[in-house]
Amino acid sequence: MTTVANSVGQKKGFGATLWDWLTTVDHKKIGILYLIGGGFFFVLGGIEAMLIRLQLLVPNNDFVSAGFYNELITMHGTTMIFLAAMPLLFGFMNAIVPLQIGARDVAFPFINSLGFWMFFFGGLFLNLSWFLDAAPDAGWTSYASLSIASTGHGIDFYAIGLQIAGAGTLMAGINFLVTIINMRAPGMTYMRMPLFTWTTFVASALILFAFPPLTIGIFFLTFDRMFGGNFFDHTMGGNTIIWEHIFWIFGHPEVYILILPAFGIFSEIFSVFARKRLFGYSAMVFATVLIGFLGFMVWAHHMFTVGLGPTANAIFAVATMAIAVPTGVKIFNWLLTIWGGNITMTTPMLYALGFIPSFVMGGVTGVQQGAAPLDYQLHDSYFIVAHFHYVIVGGVVLAILAATHYWWPKMFGTMLSEKLGKITFWFFFIGFHMTFFLQHFLGLMGMPRRVWTYMDGQGWNLFNLISTIGAVLMAIGTIVLLINIIVTTAKNVRVGNDPWEDGRTLEWAIPSPPPFYNFAQTPLVRGLDTYWIEKQEGHNGYTAAEPVTDIHMPNGSIIPFFMTLGIFIAGFGAMYRVDHSWGLPVLVFGLAFTFLTMAIRSVKDDLGFYVTKDQIRRMERGRD
Amino acid sequence: MMKGLKKWRLVTLLAALTIILSGCGEEYLSTLLPAGEVGQDQFNLLLLTTGIMILVMAVVFTIYFIALAKFRRKKLGDDHMPKDVEGSHKLEFIWTAIPILLVIIMAVPTVYYTYKLGDVSAMEATDDEGNAENLVVNVTAKLYWWEFEYPEHGIVTAQELVVPTGEKVYFNLIASDVKHSFWIPAVGGKLDTNVENVNKFYLTFDKESKDLEDGVFYGKCAELCGPSHALMDFKVKTLSPDEFDGWVAAMKDTEGATANPDSADAGEAAFANSCLYCHAVSGVGTSGASAPNLTTFGDRNRVAGFLEHDKQNTIDWIKDPQKYKPGNLMPAFGDLSEEDLDAIADYLLDLKVEE
Repeated sequence: MTTVANSVGQKKGFGATLWDWLTTVDHKKIGILYLIGGGFFFVLGGIEAMLIRLQLLVPNNDFVSAGFYNELITMHGTTMIFLAAMPLLFGFMNAIVPLQIGARDVAFPFINSLGFWMFFFGGLFLNLSWFLDAAPDAGWTSYASLSIASTGHGIDFYAIGLQIAGAGTLMAGINFLVTIINMRAPGMTYMRMPLFTWTTFVASALILFAFPPLTIGIFFLTFDRMFGGNFFDHTMGGNTIIWEHIFWIFGHPEVYILILPAFGIFSEIFSVFARKRLFGYSAMVFATVLIGFLGFMVWAHHMFTVGLGPTANAIFAVATMAIAVPTGVKIFNWLLTIWGGNITMTTPMLYALGFIPSFVMGGVTGVQQGAAPLDYQLHDSYFIVAHFHYVIVGGVVLAILAATHYWWPKMFGTMLSEKLGKITFWFFFIGFHMTFFLQHFLGLMGMPRRVWTYMDGQGWNLFNLISTIGAVLMAIGTIVLLINIIVTTAKNVRVGNDPWEDGRTLEWAIPSPPPFYNFAQTPLVRGLDTYWIEKQEGHNGYTAAEPVTDIHMPNGSIIPFFMTLGIFIAGFGAMYRVDHSWGLPVLVFGLAFTFLTMAIRSVKDDLGFYVTKDQIRRMERGRD
Repeated sequence: MMKGLKKWRLVTLLAALTIILSGCGEEYLSTLLPAGEVGQDQFNLLLLTTGIMILVMAVVFTIYFIALAKFRRKKLGDDHMPKDVEGSHKLEFIWTAIPILLVIIMAVPTVYYTYKLGDVSAMEATDDEGNAENLVVNVTAKLYWWEFEYPEHGIVTAQELVVPTGEKVYFNLIASDVKHSFWIPAVGGKLDTNVENVNKFYLTFDKESKDLEDGVFYGKCAELCGPSHALMDFKVKTLSPDEFDGWVAAMKDTEGATANPDSADAGEAAFANSCLYCHAVSGVGTSGASAPNLTTFGDRNRVAGFLEHDKQNTIDWIKDPQKYKPGNLMPAFGDLSEEDLDAIADYLLDLKVEE
C-alpha cells in the first residue's frame, strides 16, 4: 500500500520498487509504464520491419520463408498500431493531460492501472505466439476468409491478444473522457484547454465508439475459430464482407485515434518554440472535432475494390475527400503559427517542422486514393504502403519522437541530449523519406503489397534496394535515441520547472518531475496558455485557486495486475480447449480468478489517504 | 465531363508530369503506361489529382520555407517577443473555401468515372439472334492459380487469359477458397474476387501483347491469400479480333481430347496415369476444375504462373510443387521415375493450340 513516506521517494530496495510499479495508480508512473511497454513493442515492431525490408532487398530473395514473411508483416502492423503507437500516445496522455488541466490524477486511477495491464498482457499474449505456435499470418486486417482458413493457433493469438489489449484501450479512453470533462481546474473552460488535451479528448471519444465494433468483430472471429461459429463461413450462411465492414468501422477511426493526439503534440510544440500563441485556436478545435466526426463516415474507402457498387463507392469517395478540408485548415494554422514567430530549432521543433512536409505528402496521396476509380489501381499496391507510412510514420511516429524529447524533462526531470536528438532526427527523417517515397512509384509500377518476394525483370529492383537502405537509416536513428536515453539517465542532470523556458501550459508551472500530488494547491486558470500569462505578468508558477489544504490521494493496488492475469490465463484455456482437455478448466479458472479479484475490489473499502498540510509544506519547501 | 475543368490550364503541368512518370515501370506491368481505356481513365484521374496536389504542396511549402527563413531566433534575437495573433477570419475563410473548391474539382470526375467504370449493364446484352454481344469471361481465383472460362464459347483455360483487343471484355469474378483480387496493372484497376458473391466489371485491351517483351501483360493477385500470394501471377495475351477467333476455334477443336494410358508416347501414358485425374487437356469445358487446365501448356509463358517456361522447371515443379509455391494444393510427384518426368515434361510442352 502506498504511504506518503514511500511516495516521497526514499531509497528503496528492488523488491519494494517493483511492488511500487506493479501497484501504482499514479498517472505519471502509469504514463512511464506505457512508455516502457510501448517502447519495447516499438523496437520489436521495428525489428520485424527490418526483416521485411531485408527480405525485399533483392529479387527472388529467400532470407525468410513465405509463411514466416506473412507472420512478420502481420505482427509488424498489429504491433506498431496496437502495441506501440497507441500505448506510446497513452503514455504522454497519462503523464501530461492531468497536468495540463490542473488535476491531481485521472478520474479513475484504478481503471487507469487496469487499462495499462490489459494492454501489456494482451501484447504479451500476442507475442508469445512466436514461441508457442506460429504468429498470426493473415495481415493486421485479418480478413475473414484467410483468417478462418489459417491453420495453427496464430490467428487465435491475434484474436485473444487484441481482445485483451483492446479492452484496456477502451478503459483508457473512457477514463480520459471522464477526466477531461470532470477534473478541469477552476477557470479551465473547454475553450482554454491546450490542444493536446483537446485532441486527447476527441481521440478518447473516437475510442469509445470505434473499439466496441472491434470487440464484436474479434468475438465473432474467436467464436468462428474456437467455438464452431459460422459468422464468416459463407457455406454456412455467414459472410466474409461483414468482417471487412466491422474491421474498418473500427479501423478508420483508429487512424484518427492515432493522428489527432499527434496533431495535439505538434500544436503545443509549434506554439512553444515559435514563442507565439496557436494561430486560430478555435478553428483548430473545430477542425479536430470535425475530423473525428468525419472519421466515422469514410470506412468503406478501404473497400472500394470489394465490389460495393458505384453508388456506395461514389458516396464514400466524396466523404473521404471532404476530410482534406479540416486537415488543410490545421496545416495552414500551424504555418501561420510559426509565421511571424521567433523559431528556435530544438529537437522537438525539428520533428514538428519535419512533420509538415511529410504529413502533407501523406495527406495528398490519401485524397488521391479517395478518388475511387483511381484507387482501383492504387489499392493493395505499394502506393498504399507508402501512403499510410507517410501519415503514420510522418505523422504519428514523428509526433511520438517529438513528444519524447519535449516532455522527457517533465516526466523524468532530465533533459535528453539535444545533439544526439538532432542526429536521431536527421537519420530517421532522411531514412523515412528514402524508405517510403519511392514506394509510391513501386505501387504505380504494379507491385502489390504484402508480397513475400518479387521476380527479377519487373523494374522494381532499384527502388526496393533504396527503400531497404532507408530503413537501415531509420534503425540507426532509433538506436541513437536509445543511446541518448541511456546516457541522459546515467548523467542525471536535473532540470527546473520550465526547462524549455518558453513553456505555455500548466505542466511547466510545476517541478520536473512533479510531486506525486501534482499541484500543492489546485491552480486557477486565467486563460489559454495560462502559464504564459503568469510569466508575462512576472509570476513564476501558477495562481492558486484554494488555500493549502489536505490532499486526498488514492492508494495503490495490486488487484488490476491480478485481474488481468486471470484473463490472460483464461485466454490460453480458450485457445487450447480445442486440442487439450485441460483447456476448458484453465478457461474457467482464469475467468473465475478474474471475477474473484473483481469481487475483492467491490467488497473491500479503500478510501485512499490524505497528504496533510504540514507534509505538503515540508515537501514544497524541500524543493526550493 | 473533363471539358468543364479548364483542362488547358493544367496541360503544361500534366505534360511535364507525364514525362516524369512515364520514365517509370515496364510496359507490360505499369499503371503509368496504360494499355486500355479503363487504365487510361484511371491514369488521367491520377494526373488530375497529382496536378492539384502538387499545387497545394507548392503553396504549403512556399509559406513554410519563407517562414523558416524569416522568423528564426538566430536572426531575431533571444529576447524578441513576437506579437500574439489570435487568428484571422479572412485567412481562415480562404483556406477553407479554396480546398472545398479543389475537392469539388476532383469529386466531379471521380463520381463520373465511378459510375462509368461500374457500368456492366451491357454484360447480358444479346443481338437479335440471341448471341451475346460482348465477350464475357468467368474468372475463378484459387489457391494460387487462375481459371478463365468463356461461357458463350464453352471453353476454359488457366493461368493465361486470352482476350481480343479493341472491345469491352466483361468479367465475372469469384474466389473458390479464400479471397483474392484480380489485377492487370497495365490495363486497368483491380476488383476483388470474393468467396460469396460474383463481382462484375469490364476492361478494354487496346494493345496487342505480341510486341511486348514477353509477349504478354502481367496479371497479379492483389489481396493477401496465404504464403504464395506473391507468386499468384497470371499472364494476359491480347490478340487482334481475328486471331482471337482463331484461338477460340482452336480451343474448340480440342473437344474430347484426353491422354491415353496405353499411348505409344511415354509422356502421354505417364500423364494419363499420374496427372489426368486433376488436369484436363481439352479446352472445352466449364470452370470448377480442381487443377489448372493444361490444354495450352505449351503456349504459355511461365510454369505455374511465374517460373521460366522450360523443361527443367516443369520437371522440378512436378517433383515438388511445395518447394516453389508453398501452400498450393498440388501433391508432389517425386516418386515418378526420371524417365517418366522427362517424358511428361516433353508431352506438356507439346500441348499447344497456337502455331
